[in-house]
Amino acid sequence: MGKIYNSAAEALDGLLFDGMLIAAGGFGLCGIPENLISAIKDAGTKDLTVASNNAGVDNFGLGVLLQTRQVKKMISSYVGENDEFMRQYLSGELELEFNPQGTLAERMRAAGCGIPGFYTKTGVGTVIAEGKEVKNFNGQDYILEEGIFADLSIVKAWKADDTGNLVFRKTARNFNPPAAMCGKVCVVEVEEIVPRGSIDPDHIHLPGIYVHRIIQGEHEKRIEQRTVRQREEA
Amino acid sequence: MAWDRNQMAERAAQELQDGWYVNLGIGIPTLVANYVGDKDITLQSENGMLGMGPFPFEGEEDPDLINAGKQTITELSRTAYFDSATSFGMIRGGKIAAAILGAMEVAENGDLANWMIPGKLVKGMGGAMDLVAGVGKVIVIMDHANKKGESKLLKECTLPLTGKGVVDRIITNLGVFDVVEGGLKLVEMADGVTREEIDSLTEATLIN
Repeated sequence: MGKIYNSAAEALDGLLFDGMLIAAGGFGLCGIPENLISAIKDAGTKDLTVASNNAGVDNFGLGVLLQTRQVKKMISSYVGENDEFMRQYLSGELELEFNPQGTLAERMRAAGCGIPGFYTKTGVGTVIAEGKEVKNFNGQDYILEEGIFADLSIVKAWKADDTGNLVFRKTARNFNPPAAMCGKVCVVEVEEIVPRGSIDPDHIHLPGIYVHRIIQGEHEKRIEQRTVRQREEA
Repeated sequence: MAWDRNQMAERAAQELQDGWYVNLGIGIPTLVANYVGDKDITLQSENGMLGMGPFPFEGEEDPDLINAGKQTITELSRTAYFDSATSFGMIRGGKIAAAILGAMEVAENGDLANWMIPGKLVKGMGGAMDLVAGVGKVIVIMDHANKKGESKLLKECTLPLTGKGVVDRIITNLGVFDVVEGGLKLVEMADGVTREEIDSLTEATLIN
């Protein structure tokens, strides 16, 4: 049975249900699964909880699922770039669970590794620690954080072979590997599907064992903060 | 004559030692990179990169290459990329020698507040809580007083904390202060600043 599907809608067929927990890769608008987000919008799945570092912008990335009110709750570390998000959050329509960025990444990675909880010093003595178990190791306090076991992972990579071995590009890797690892099913969109054997096995960033379905997509790759420097006069 | 933004950044750069891996926050901390001189410093971007280069030339921006402030950047010959779990593993694991970041308030016991103001729009802590809990040395750069002229060096923070007892050194427009047993130790005064000025603008206990 092959892993390659013809479209994002086809790749998500049978995987979506109301109230599900989705882990999404990406940082800001960098390395986000644009095509899969768009297909989830079209599918109309509701009451989603989405674990993603950010929530996109108003009309791009996860922002499109906020505009259609498909998201019930976000688990994120930073959501500052999205007016509609803030409107829904302040009016109480949207739940928000802030996680420190590294805690969020580790919650995904840990779940993918079969670790339901781990202790971290991040957030000790802050609001993040409220209601969490505190344990002292070697004189230092740590808080217990739980793994995020997602129903579905949606991920963007640069290249995949047909067995799902993945290669990411530059900082577009970000949350994609941990997000891929923590889902019961992982669907990946890539810029290019290459024949098996064409990626050096030593250069694979995430082995295909984590990847169940693959599509090749078109990517807009929008830039959030375009910053440049001047060329010095010759 | 207090220090301006660039002079504060220049002073902060003196804290960095040859061979260090360092994380710079957004704002004045970013300017520190301009003053490292000949020191071999590797900058981390916590989304997943070591060896962060300068902004690209116009037309050479790459949407797959951004820093933690989501700005387009470039890579260097030393650059390495990795995922965010690995990135925060090296932060939490104490491999990053220092973080330089801005703050709203610092208390004399090293408590730091820089992520939320109750009643105002909260955008999130991003990686700040992980950084201050994990890195070797936390250096804060901030104005000594807020816009109302009130001290930002306090006996206790009034805002929700980013980290408890995490700050090592504070560089303000008026001078350099270390968090020590019993309060803040005045290490250095900016050129032309008097001890009276510092005393009048500091709520925290100053030692010596």
